[in-house]
Amino acid sequence: MTASATVSAPRESSPELRGAFGGAAACAHCGLPVPDEPDLGQEPHFCCSACGLAYSVIHEAGLGAYYLHRGQADGSAKTRGTGRSYAEYDDPAFAARHVETTPNGARIELFLEGLHCTACVWLVERLGRVVPGVESARLDLGRSALDVRFDPKRVTPSAVARGLDGLGYPPHPSGAARREGEERGERRLWLRLGVAGALAGNVMLMALALYSGAARDPAYAGMFRWGSFLLSSVSVFYSGSVFLRGAVAALRTRTPHMDLPVSIGILAGFTRSAWNTVFSRGEIYFDSISVLIFLLLVGRWLQLRHQRGAARTLDLIAALAPRAARRVDGESLVEVPAETLAAGDVVEVGADERVPVDGVILSGRTSVDSSWLTGESLPEERAPGDRVYAGTHNTSRAIRIRVEVAGSETRLGRLMQSVEAAQSRRAPIVRLADRVAGRFVVGVLVSSALTFVVWCFLDSSRALDNAVALLVVTCPCALGMATPLAVSAALRRAARAGIFFKGGEFLEALARPGIIAFDKTGTLTEGRLGLASFMGESSIVPLLRAAEGRSPHPIGRALHAALTATAELRADEVEELPGAGVIARVAGRDVRVGSAEHVHDAGANGSAWWRTELTRQASLGRPAVACSVDGNVRAVAAFNDPLRGDAVRSLDALRALGYRVALLSGDHELVVKSLEPELGELVTAQGGMSPEDKLAWVEAARAEGPVVVVGDGVNDAAAMSAANVAIAVHGGAEASLVAADVFTTEPGVGKVLEAVVGARRALGVIRRGIGFSLAYNLIGAVLCMGGWISPLVAAVMMPLSSLTVVTQALRARTFDAPKPRKALA
Amino acid sequence: MTVLFIVFPLAVLLSGLAALAFIWATGRGQFDDLDTPAVRLLCDDLSEGCTKTASQRNGEKP
Repeated sequence: MTASATVSAPRESSPELRGAFGGAAACAHCGLPVPDEPDLGQEPHFCCSACGLAYSVIHEAGLGAYYLHRGQADGSAKTRGTGRSYAEYDDPAFAARHVETTPNGARIELFLEGLHCTACVWLVERLGRVVPGVESARLDLGRSALDVRFDPKRVTPSAVARGLDGLGYPPHPSGAARREGEERGERRLWLRLGVAGALAGNVMLMALALYSGAARDPAYAGMFRWGSFLLSSVSVFYSGSVFLRGAVAALRTRTPHMDLPVSIGILAGFTRSAWNTVFSRGEIYFDSISVLIFLLLVGRWLQLRHQRGAARTLDLIAALAPRAARRVDGESLVEVPAETLAAGDVVEVGADERVPVDGVILSGRTSVDSSWLTGESLPEERAPGDRVYAGTHNTSRAIRIRVEVAGSETRLGRLMQSVEAAQSRRAPIVRLADRVAGRFVVGVLVSSALTFVVWCFLDSSRALDNAVALLVVTCPCALGMATPLAVSAALRRAARAGIFFKGGEFLEALARPGIIAFDKTGTLTEGRLGLASFMGESSIVPLLRAAEGRSPHPIGRALHAALTATAELRADEVEELPGAGVIARVAGRDVRVGSAEHVHDAGANGSAWWRTELTRQASLGRPAVACSVDGNVRAVAAFNDPLRGDAVRSLDALRALGYRVALLSGDHELVVKSLEPELGELVTAQGGMSPEDKLAWVEAARAEGPVVVVGDGVNDAAAMSAANVAIAVHGGAEASLVAADVFTTEPGVGKVLEAVVGARRALGVIRRGIGFSLAYNLIGAVLCMGGWISPLVAAVMMPLSSLTVVTQALRARTFDAPKPRKALA
Repeated sequence: MTVLFIVFPLAVLLSGLAALAFIWATGRGQFDDLDTPAVRLLCDDLSEGCTKTASQRNGEKP
């Protein structure tokens, strides 16, 4: 992987965009307000040319019903194409990775952006009408994945991609990681579940016949007993083999696991019942066992399903990473897959694009934001001859780069590999239910033995029956369901709130208070420059705004965005001097913004107050510029990466919950120190940390207690893999997503707080579930020890306890209303 | 009630057939995607006739 993801949730809305042009006409395609005053004679209106194009493509293909079926467009859909050529889709290397040859043609799987409703399914699946040669297109809405089968002789993959882009759904190759193995595993579990359900139903009917009188006639009784014996043996050894194998593994590794008490109960009940069936005497528990297996599988399946939801979302985010690079071939530019680039190739990287390779700049000066790679929040100037790295962000101007290494050999690629290796070495988290299960097994075995011994003295004929009954009754159905159900319900609610957990165990781990270490850039702060202070005459603001109006430089853009002027002026001439500043002529005056030398060279005079101010700002770690008009310095503007609005409040809330907050930043020490007073009590606030420093810090801190690391950059990935729980916030680099156990689709600390609060509630639900089921088991055990139990009582008690646990697990509020942030504010 | 001796194995056989059908359907991937088909159904009866009204409606009220 060479380039990093510009992560964006596929279905997010853009209220800020809507708010920006209130009252204007709505775009006929996407529903967003049309920015410019529409030409009233011409209908329909479009907000941009891409929407207009999509609209005409849809109508020309006779698919206008899309607009009818979609209902009122509310602007929540990002149904806009990019207009790219997708030429890299025709590259042989791309075809080898993503296009599969089938007997009747070829197939490709693509992730689509912008899917949001029923009408999208309808429209996308009629791709064949827009792109001749496409035989079928099947959409999986849950994964946003489209399976396209096409005739390679009539249509190229790039034409398929352009067709989808034209409809307003930019496609992305789904990546080599088609989760074949996982899919097969899920199907197998589904089969086991279905079969167990059918068997449980049938065995229960037979048990009903036996309870309601069939048992009195030995002929009928024998038939039903043998029938349920046969069916439940399939249930135990096919469907229930999941638990049996888990129990064997638990014994072999000597780790407590829920499967152990479950298997003991199942096997004890089954063996005793089989014995009694063969010798036509005593009680049988086949109904309880088969229902138990079915219910436990339901819990497992639900959990797997919701866990896979997170994996799918992650796949989708990873697929959104641009993998194409524009290679310079003589005079022309060709889009090729980034991994096919070789050393010596020349690529062009446009403004606001990610650098796809490690290389050296051949031409063009620009500023490069390497915050993902190093944590440095301020963009740095780069000129020809300078080295740039894959994954960094080219913020201001197009540059050409001579490739040194591409793909997995880049600095980014090597980091990714080390993160993946660290991930596979991580020790699994022992869950609460499994810890309880360990003690539970001991308790059950001891009390069962005790029952046997005591009854040997009282009535030896009933001793074995009572001991077995205890094993069956205490078989922890409710206990086995309590965790999976609570977890799956919590994962579902979390996903709805935009928080994805890669596994249920991280809910539990996150709920335990410890240290939460934050990365600064992009997590606590906005991750881009904002105006920190403006010292000088406000009368020159309109001049400055005009001078920086079209600046591609981050400082210029920050200045332009922060200043508000009553009168808009236009700059006549603007000259950007890379690394120095801007010279502009506005309303006949000479306006300069830039470094001290830049304005001074222009003959700036006057007192040296501005030099003092520049030095002072530099000592705070803030970049600052001087602004001169007609040779006089009139103002000094300083910039910083501002804290997010919710950062301080969220940190306070976390502290109130008992967590300790640390700040580990790759950014400059001065910048970190300047933020410290605002953030309240911190365990530590360190700047200038390399990825290795962060890793060492986390490992040291883990000796004292659980550590949660929140980050978004490649530079955090190593520390994240070492943490108990790693959280990646929206907008993060791919490497941090790989290392993350939890990721959010919204930026900022607010979601981290929400995740923590939700996880704590979920752990509460898990605890209550375990408590309920233990109470039921205790009652059952007492009944057995007293000899007051029968299979009927066992059969009634088990579903009753399960029902309690299920209800409380599914009804519990975890990640949704009342909104944690509001509740805590 | 001796009929039970025939009906009972028959019932078991029938549920066995149902289980086989379930296994076959799972193998064909019919349970892999449980969300999209529900949505697809809603779209099936949109025809060319619908298309016309849709474009008219859009022409009037964009």
